[in-house]
Amino acid sequence: MHWWQGIYQAFKDAGIRQVAYVPDAGHARLIEACHADNQMTAISLTTEEEGVGVLAGAWLGGDRGVLLMQSSGVGNCINMFSLAKTCQFPLAVFVTMRGQWQEFNPWQLPMGSTVEPAMKTAGFSVNTVAQPQDVAAYAEATLNHAFVGGEMAALLLHQKLTPVKTFGK
Amino acid sequence: MTASATTYLLRRRQVVEQLLDDRGDMLVIGGLGSTAWDITAAGDHDLSFPLWGAMGGTVAIGIGLATAQPNRRVLIITGDGDMLMGLGSLATAARQNLENLSVCVFDNEHYGETGMQATHTATTADLSVIATGCGFQNSCEVRSQNQLTDAVARLRRGPGLQFACIKVRAEKLDFVLPPKDGVFLKSRFRRALLGTDVV
Repeated sequence: MHWWQGIYQAFKDAGIRQVAYVPDAGHARLIEACHADNQMTAISLTTEEEGVGVLAGAWLGGDRGVLLMQSSGVGNCINMFSLAKTCQFPLAVFVTMRGQWQEFNPWQLPMGSTVEPAMKTAGFSVNTVAQPQDVAAYAEATLNHAFVGGEMAALLLHQKLTPVKTFGK
Repeated sequence: MTASATTYLLRRRQVVEQLLDDRGDMLVIGGLGSTAWDITAAGDHDLSFPLWGAMGGTVAIGIGLATAQPNRRVLIITGDGDMLMGLGSLATAARQNLENLSVCVFDNEHYGETGMQATHTATTADLSVIATGCGFQNSCEVRSQNQLTDAVARLRRGPGLQFACIKVRAEKLDFVLPPKDGVFLKSRFRRALLGTDVV
């Protein structure tokens, strides 16, 4: 089983109905699987902060949802995270990290180092997973924290998990 | 304030009354600031979710809600400032082709809560055209009572995804504040919609 399949299975087990995302290479196959699943609605966003709103609306309507993004997207969300914090909306965010390990693009470095402290300051519990065999258990724990604990939970997927991007160089 | 918007015919508190009169089982999200006060002036309701923040996120909330509740009409009522901050959410709503979502902007061409500075709609931006460009097949600008009667019917009942930009008079009105406890607003909405055992 590839690590992304562990996340997908955790979504299924938790009854996730809405998957909001900004496309990312690290999440590409998971996103495809969610689109192909007729029990899920996958929602392509123009910016990550839309996803925080979408998932608040999903919860108001009785659906559980998750937000998938790359580390650069976290910075786009900071004010919108206040919505989840103030209203105590459960929020589960899965972040593929850039700027962390064998990064080719220096423009990814600032957010790569800012994601964890920024999310903690915004009110998230944050875990990082780097070993493929651990991803499924971390995904389950993240969803549990959000939907049983009713809090904001983030899982950072270490850059070691995703292919090294070199832009052909 | 710019001069022209102070003379617009339509008044926001009268428009909101027409939108929400005998509202049935419609689900309503009100954007922060004046539109949250407007929907409260029309009568606070358990199935209203007025925002006190989350600027730019009002339509996005409607997308998640409309996806979760495909058999209910979801009505977004927000202002031009909030809509300008979340234009991308119009593209997302259209791409999801939500058959039960209506977006209604009260466009007074000003930021009402910060000193009535002009927004981009006072000069160059046209929200109904932007919505069309994002993929809304039903989008209109409303300036007269006749146009409003038609728009209210479409916003409340569809068919399909609807957008209306209602040009309303720029005016300072009394605050009519909804509850500001976000947990309370969330829980009462879910209880009214989903039943008492889900909260």
